[in-house]
Amino acid sequence: MSKPVLATTSLAGCFGCHMSILDIDERILTLIELVEFNKSPINDIKTFTKQCDIGLIEGGCCNSENVHVLRDFRKHCNILVSLGECAIMGGLPAMRNGILIKECFHEAYLNGPSTTANTGHIIPNDPELPCLLDKVYPCQEIVRIDYYLPGCPPRADLIWETLVSLISGKPAELPYEVIKFD
Amino acid sequence: MSNKVKFVIDGKECQSDEGKYLVEAAKDNGVYIPTLCNYEGLKPKGSCRICTVKINGRLATACTSPVHEGMKIENYTAELNEVRKEIIELLFVSGNHFCPACEKSGNCELQALGYRYEMMAPRFPFAFPIREVDASYPRIIKEQNRCILCKRCMRGIKDEDGKSYFAYKNRGKDSLVVADRKLMSAMSPDKAKEAMEICPVGSILVREKGWDEPIGTRKYDNAPIGSEIENK
Repeated sequence: MSKPVLATTSLAGCFGCHMSILDIDERILTLIELVEFNKSPINDIKTFTKQCDIGLIEGGCCNSENVHVLRDFRKHCNILVSLGECAIMGGLPAMRNGILIKECFHEAYLNGPSTTANTGHIIPNDPELPCLLDKVYPCQEIVRIDYYLPGCPPRADLIWETLVSLISGKPAELPYEVIKFD
Repeated sequence: MSNKVKFVIDGKECQSDEGKYLVEAAKDNGVYIPTLCNYEGLKPKGSCRICTVKINGRLATACTSPVHEGMKIENYTAELNEVRKEIIELLFVSGNHFCPACEKSGNCELQALGYRYEMMAPRFPFAFPIREVDASYPRIIKEQNRCILCKRCMRGIKDEDGKSYFAYKNRGKDSLVVADRKLMSAMSPDKAKEAMEICPVGSILVREKGWDEPIGTRKYDNAPIGSEIENK
């Protein structure tokens, strides 16, 4: 039997959840024995080359590209797992949800303390750039999500136990300490 | 009022004083009924409904129901736990509860209930209401994004004349808890600390305080809320 295929991505996240994947320490050696990686920043494969068994999604959707990637993951992954608070509830990027996009742009590119280099007072407008959404959306409000792993980041043990459980089909044993919202 | 009565919670024989509120009576017998708007020493309000139990087959809030002889109470059932989980989820989506950025994280009762009832993600869409941080008071910050309108501060934080520091403003979905400016200008540091402690979430914060306990040592880091009652 061929190995289960795993794909991961980071949308509007900070890569902290991916760091937490690496935080499984020496178990990563077991992981590469257990699964085959497809599209993921871990191996730098940029596009799906086959149908995957498990997709891990870090981050919510803040722009049109995030939505595109998330839909692509839904299409190519049999099981989709939301990894971390940003994927589940928007997280820190969603703190802009009460602020007008115009105000966000002005703060980021025109008026903020780090904008002195922007002497032309330009708000990036290249058509290649993805459009910001009106607010940051949790992944489950864009596509169907099968499992949720809360945490900022989710504890390495939670990620490990979940992956092993999904691969082996045995129920995960999750102690109280591993499920946290922070 | 010291008449002892016998009652049954989930098949467990319990005994307490007649007329004692069920939440307290259960606690005396090592049974945890979750609470959120209730606070020991304050008159119960029964508004958050998290303590909903079935008394003789009918739904009732345990914080406002006095115990009587022969009551049959259902508490830890799949149906009631699901209702409680649903209430927690509704509270999470109706405010802006960003746990990773909250000073009260790890000591928050709403979060602890989320852990206890195994909320992995709310089933409802997030409302992301537009609310402000009110930092206009000298001793405290009122973080309106996190307020769950439980009224604990209004009922518990009063001056020596019995006047409340906090009050409701607006109605319905626009309801806010705000503070009396005159009273707040004279608020003592101890009173501010008390206000932060009485708030079940991170909506009342003492200025220049927060994140002073390392992760792993906070109140609900290692044991679920209510376990202190169950393991007594």
